[in-house]
Amino acid sequence: MQVYSAPLRDMRFVLHELHDSAGHLEAIGRTDLNGELIDSILEEAAKFAQEVLLPINMSGDEEGCRYENGVVRTPRGFKEAYDMFRENGWGALSSPAEFGGQDLPEILSKMVEEMQCSANLSFGLYPGLTHGAVLAMLDHASEELKARYLPKMIDGTWSGTMNLTEAHCGTDLGLLRTRAVPQADGSYRLTGTKIFISAGEHDLTENIIHLVLARLPDAPKGVKGISLFVVPKFLPTDDGRPGQRNGVTCAGIEHKMGLKGSATCQLVFEDATGWLVGEVNKGLTGMFTMMNAERLSVGIQGLGVAETAYQSAAAYAKDRLQGRSLAGAKYPEKAADPIIVHPDVRRSLMTIRAYVEGCRALAGWVAKALDLETKATDPELRQQSEDFVALMTPVVKALFTDLSFEMSSMAVQIYGGHGYIRDHGIEQLVRDARITMIYEGANGIQALDLVGRKLPSHMGRLMRGFFHPVQQFIEDNASDPNVLPLAKAFGALQQATAHIAQAGMKDPEEAGAAATDYLRLLGLVALGYMWARTAKIANEKLPAANGDAGFYKAKLSTAQFFNDRLLPQAGALWGAIKAGKASMMALEDAAF
Amino acid sequence: MKILVPVKRVVDYNVKVRVKSDQTGVELSGVKMAMNPFDEIAVEEAVRLKEKGVVTEIIAVSVGITASQETIRTALAMGADRGILVETEASPEPLAVAKILKALADREQPGLIILGKQAIDDDMNATGQMLAALLGWPQGTFASKVDIEDGTATVKREVDGGLETVALTMPAIITADLRLNEPRYASLPNIMKARKKPIDVVKPADLGVDPAPRLSTLKVVEPPKRQAGKKVKSVAELVDKLRNEAKVI
Ligand SMILES: Cc1cc2nc3c(=O)[nH]c(=O)nc-3n(C[C@H](O)[C@H](O)[C@H](O)COP(=O)(O)OP(=O)(O)OC[C@H]3O[C@@H](n4cnc5c(N)ncnc54)[C@H](O)[C@@H]3O)c2cc1C
Repeated sequence: MQVYSAPLRDMRFVLHELHDSAGHLEAIGRTDLNGELIDSILEEAAKFAQEVLLPINMSGDEEGCRYENGVVRTPRGFKEAYDMFRENGWGALSSPAEFGGQDLPEILSKMVEEMQCSANLSFGLYPGLTHGAVLAMLDHASEELKARYLPKMIDGTWSGTMNLTEAHCGTDLGLLRTRAVPQADGSYRLTGTKIFISAGEHDLTENIIHLVLARLPDAPKGVKGISLFVVPKFLPTDDGRPGQRNGVTCAGIEHKMGLKGSATCQLVFEDATGWLVGEVNKGLTGMFTMMNAERLSVGIQGLGVAETAYQSAAAYAKDRLQGRSLAGAKYPEKAADPIIVHPDVRRSLMTIRAYVEGCRALAGWVAKALDLETKATDPELRQQSEDFVALMTPVVKALFTDLSFEMSSMAVQIYGGHGYIRDHGIEQLVRDARITMIYEGANGIQALDLVGRKLPSHMGRLMRGFFHPVQQFIEDNASDPNVLPLAKAFGALQQATAHIAQAGMKDPEEAGAAATDYLRLLGLVALGYMWARTAKIANEKLPAANGDAGFYKAKLSTAQFFNDRLLPQAGALWGAIKAGKASMMALEDAAF
Repeated sequence: MKILVPVKRVVDYNVKVRVKSDQTGVELSGVKMAMNPFDEIAVEEAVRLKEKGVVTEIIAVSVGITASQETIRTALAMGADRGILVETEASPEPLAVAKILKALADREQPGLIILGKQAIDDDMNATGQMLAALLGWPQGTFASKVDIEDGTATVKREVDGGLETVALTMPAIITADLRLNEPRYASLPNIMKARKKPIDVVKPADLGVDPAPRLSTLKVVEPPKRQAGKKVKSVAELVDKLRNEAKVI
């Protein structure tokens, strides 16, 4: 069985204790909200995830989506769950009030997303894609388009998609071929074929609003000739109902490793009517504004899956009886000890736990900056936050999703053969987690973004925005022996940064060769910083914690484990980075 | 018609309760609290009656510490219109709660009071009945179906032998059983709106009630661990053990 109950205590810790929700709400001018309201929303979201979404996760995986004659059916129970999701207003969480949203901060909405992804990643994609489409339109669409589409997308009556990928064009969007021909009435006609489009066709909503990247006939080659269009499945009538069917059809769905409840569609556009979003040839800018938020969301997807892997594995390890503790039987009344007594099983459980909780803390920090970059009353803080989001977006995306796959695989190991067979739903987590490393920019591309774009940006200003608070913390707590491992890892990161700046300037391949290891190194330091701050708070609160003492003690032990067992990888990563590209690039292509 | 729904803040039903080390009660600090599940069913029933147009206003009442406001907010998010917190540090017994509710009923003049049949923390199953007696109103306890028409509440009751149907002249007391309905999830807009709905705070003394406990708890202990079973070789041995060891025959 997949075990999941929303980690509300940890979420409250991250929100209120680690990231000072009260101060944050003030900084973004939202004193109408408070911690209690946030908690009650989290609780209701938890109920929804646990009681509505989790029960259809395994069945959705088993059954998958079905395609017949252009129509896609989602697995049993998805439609009912989606209706409930819509009626309960969850899609409107962070959208602006102007279009019917609740305008709640990202620091809250990212946690709600995490719960939905823990309970059912496939389901989460449908509203997730809609949210992405809404964000892109909010920033770039005309007022008229916004008024026509956004209220229905925000209340969930209509859903959205993002159409970038074509058969010959994945990472390299410059190769994109779908064409858009301007019409006399100001609209466009789109023709082309998109593949891998999540939620491209399904039975959950009465209309589907596609955001499509395409080229005008006279557009320049490459990425500078791409424009963004909104192409509805049904053309909306003036009174806002789905009208005439547009020229976009689903030609099939993919059969894939995981994420089976989410329809991955091939979409054929034949003279489909669309409207320009933003400026001609500036389509990628439109996509990239929402990309930050979406990439963070994919990171959160990874975190969500890993949490379920942890809870399931922990429950199993306490239940499964095999062997005796090396220190002598700990449960002599039983036929054998539960496997949780074995150091190696604990190594796995502690590793998953330390990463998952660390990632949640880091996600909270970045979500906070996501709020601040647009809503902070102080303009300097807005700029700093924008820098921080830009820097951490590729880190959160790639680190969380790489870890998600590693951690869910570790959870399978804890189940042994019972994890490899399908009955417990644990192998599903591995298969589901795997896609998060690929879509929204494959993780290798995230690493290149970090090293090639974010590092050198503004002469290293983004980087300094991260280095300063970490350095300050290390200096302020220099006497604390628990901060030593962080200081050491931070030293490795500083050296690696200087090395890449130098070597990469001379030879871009050097930067490319270092990118993935560097992203992991930066991620580890960021997690280490979160754990060090967590431990500090736990130490302060423990004496007066009473019934909550167990929570803080666990935080301290897990922080220690992170310092002892995980953070030291920083040194190895720096070693690998230092070695440079030589051995990586030595073989001729033909030798492979 | 107004309807009064008392709601109690209890340890969440998912939590495995632990006895405090000094044996004075169960551990509450740092423990997740929630609305008593039977009260949730009562709130849901009230909201459905309002949606049917039978009821015009739903008042959620909680007797307890300040944090019980959160329980009232949950009721407000489900659809109650306003709340009353009767604030007290003591953890009041059913009779005190019934007296408090009587005073509120005198003040608010509801046509109906729906309570949970019992609270899952102390399993008393008494407040509704005591309140009916104090008010002199008819009662339909353990309700699994409620119909309101022409000043009469028809209540299907879950009794040991099956179902019993009673007709109550209103105003009346109903206590909700598990199968009465399935409570809804609060919607996000309603959670937000609940923040703006008013909650009145009063003290028991304002209502002329002394909430001091009449019972004193001597000691709270964990239930004894279940002993492992024993295998017997023959019927004779079984009878012998039942007679001499278990002393049940
Ligand atoms: C289940 C699923 C859902 C999807 N949903 C959507 C969707 O809703 N909308 C949408 O538009 N697309 C979607 N995609 C497509 C997805 O975003 C792409 O698969 C992804 O961008 C990678 O493109 P590709 O598959 O063509 O791989 P490629 O671009 O061919 O990349 C293959 C490998 O080469 C590496 N690589 C490529 N270029 C470089 C480079 N310059 N430097 C270093 N390494 C490089 C990549 O990191 C990757 O590891 C989905 C895909 C799947 C499987």
